[in-house]
Amino acid sequence: MPRLNSFRELEHLRESLRGQRHVITTTVMVCGGTGCQASQSRAVIDAVKDELSTQGLSQSVRLCITGCHGFCEQGPVMIIEPGNIFYCHVSPGDAFEIVSQTVVRGEVIERLLYTDPVSGEKIQTESEIPFYHSQDRQVLSQNLMVDPCSIEDYIAVGGYSALTKALYNNMAPEDIIGEIKSSGLRGRGGGGFPTGRKWSECREAPGDEKYVICNADEGDPGAYMDRCVLEGNPHLVLEGMMIGAWAIGAGKGYVYVRNEYPLAVEHSRLAVEQARELGLLGDNILGSPFSFDVDIARGGGAFVCGESTALMASIEGKVGEPRAKDVHTVVDGLYHKPTTLNNVETWANVPSIILNGSSWFAAKGSEGSKGTKILALTGRIKNTGLVEVAMGTPISTVIFDIGGGAIDGNKIKAVQTGGPSGGCLPLDKFDLPVDFDVLYEAGSMVGSGGMVVMDESSCMVDVAKYFLTFLQDESCGKCLPCRVGIDRMLEVITDITEGRGRPEQIDLLEELAETVSQTALCGLGKTAPNPVLSTLRYFRSEYEAHISEKKCPAGVCKALITYWIDPDKCPGCGVCIQGCAHQAITGGKQQVHVIDNQLCQKCGICRSECKFDAIQII
Amino acid sequence: MPSQTLEQILEGRRSQPHQLIEVLQDVQASHGYISEEAMQVVSQGLGVPIMEVYRVASFYTAFRLKPSGKNVLTMCMGTACHVRGARLLLDQATGQLGVGPREVTPDGLFSVDHVNCLGACALGPIVTENGTYHHHMTPGKLRKLINTLSLQKAEVQ
Repeated sequence: MPRLNSFRELEHLRESLRGQRHVITTTVMVCGGTGCQASQSRAVIDAVKDELSTQGLSQSVRLCITGCHGFCEQGPVMIIEPGNIFYCHVSPGDAFEIVSQTVVRGEVIERLLYTDPVSGEKIQTESEIPFYHSQDRQVLSQNLMVDPCSIEDYIAVGGYSALTKALYNNMAPEDIIGEIKSSGLRGRGGGGFPTGRKWSECREAPGDEKYVICNADEGDPGAYMDRCVLEGNPHLVLEGMMIGAWAIGAGKGYVYVRNEYPLAVEHSRLAVEQARELGLLGDNILGSPFSFDVDIARGGGAFVCGESTALMASIEGKVGEPRAKDVHTVVDGLYHKPTTLNNVETWANVPSIILNGSSWFAAKGSEGSKGTKILALTGRIKNTGLVEVAMGTPISTVIFDIGGGAIDGNKIKAVQTGGPSGGCLPLDKFDLPVDFDVLYEAGSMVGSGGMVVMDESSCMVDVAKYFLTFLQDESCGKCLPCRVGIDRMLEVITDITEGRGRPEQIDLLEELAETVSQTALCGLGKTAPNPVLSTLRYFRSEYEAHISEKKCPAGVCKALITYWIDPDKCPGCGVCIQGCAHQAITGGKQQVHVIDNQLCQKCGICRSECKFDAIQII
Repeated sequence: MPSQTLEQILEGRRSQPHQLIEVLQDVQASHGYISEEAMQVVSQGLGVPIMEVYRVASFYTAFRLKPSGKNVLTMCMGTACHVRGARLLLDQATGQLGVGPREVTPDGLFSVDHVNCLGACALGPIVTENGTYHHHMTPGKLRKLINTLSLQKAEVQ
């Protein structure tokens, strides 16, 4: 496509793209995000494409391979418009029926509809599904409208009009910063720092050469909203960065993306190339005085690179070690130049704020936390996936109304929010709202938005141990409190989970945790003890059970449990005997089987294979 | 055979020290790991001391300094996978194959790896086998997968 030299040429292109789409009668949107690809959505896409061409419908039916729809558990998912018909767990074999019945005749295929786990009823449209119904999808809904590999799609649905508004509608950089400030947007990556303030400090910092960076490193295990947005709508993120760069006075930007997210790397690279081709990146964008370019930098899989100074060191090709932030990165950042670093979701919110105005954004949310937040709802609940709700929504709404509550008849007991820097909140705190300040007060944090639900089968001491193991592995080793402090805490907690715990060790853990949080160099080190502190605060009884009774109430810590076959439930089918790699199970056909605890390695195979729930942990 | 030679990877990036991580990513992608020889070539090409190249290559978990097995089994150890039993999967793989994490079996057929999060949390626990995702894994399913892969290789040989 030829380069666009003015605002008018962009609008012309938009009109002609929209005109071309008039012939389209039906749109089939298939999720091509990482989650659905893991459930073989590529094969479904190919099958539908073949079927459309066989039936001669390639011109009138648009097959849109979109980014993540959020409901990964039900993948591969598909939406057919008009009608908003939602199909889940689609397989390539369904393509013929989908095209000939639903696409051609508008008939709904009952079998592919979503079944509500609570009522057991089939639900026809996406908007009626409880998982989607209670959400407020401002950012995620835009994923459904575009093929992330097509800049034409993005432009046709109104893309880059926030940029033109910023460049042409007499919005001076100060006005843009003013809009962002009054919108109340706060950093979505974890810190919750006011975005407008960051921008204005960077704008005011001395120097002609400035940078903007999009943090797509997303190192928090259990969170994947940034992957989903960058992978599903890369132009939205780019547009946000362009507006930011114009406001701050930056000429160069970087997207720092995890290499473990191959699709996000591919899609963001492609988006940059497409934008360059159209002249939306480069010199004199759309004929304006604004010049800006973006490069993609791939991360090396280090959690510490989520920290701003470490991330910038990594872009410079160095080891990702943080430095003391006596001078902030908005003044002394990448290559010692003023740099604004925002997270993917933060950038993705910028275009809508510019288009709709700050009061539109600020109308949603709570007192101190405005707008919506994407949460990665995972763990031991019915509906897992990405959820977007207005800030201030109670945790219970997210977990019970959207998440559908517990699985396997268990009882939910906690939710871990904010990743390794966050904490675990017990059931009686579920009335708290998703709000930066409130969750911080409660000993956890919103963080990047990970929400891992835990039930009776999750051991909270083990969860604390899990995070310490993670952090020990990921500590960059530069400062002593983090390097040695986490090691020592892990040693103590390992003693507790392996039955060597002593009552006085709980005090020692608390002391170590306090010391690390007060003395570590960077933000990640300072928050590293949070998982320990929050589990000690809310689940102390579990620590005490491990220490004084030498029992793991959840049945997780291997040293403190034994496997046992319930004679009332065991029908003697022999599946566990065949499955056991250690010959630890004996018993004849139709006789109750028995586990030899001397031989049992507690590997869990028998338990995962038994259809009768006969194998218990005591 | 590597898809790109070191020369091709370095093209257009010579004497640009800030390209170090990008170059190492590409070396790993086409050669499977980063050898000492590759580090030396990269060091000279970018003008970065060899010690710094090694420091960076060994700092980031994405880089491996030894070749991996034919079948790379990667366990996702993210929080969501953890609460659904990822630890049992890692124990299963290392126990069944008799190697530790990030090690290769003596016959070179398998290596077991673990990563912090693959970002497919809703489908956990996740195991990838040479990049192919296996979702909702159980120790039993993993054992069968390893057995199948061992048999396939035995037949080829």
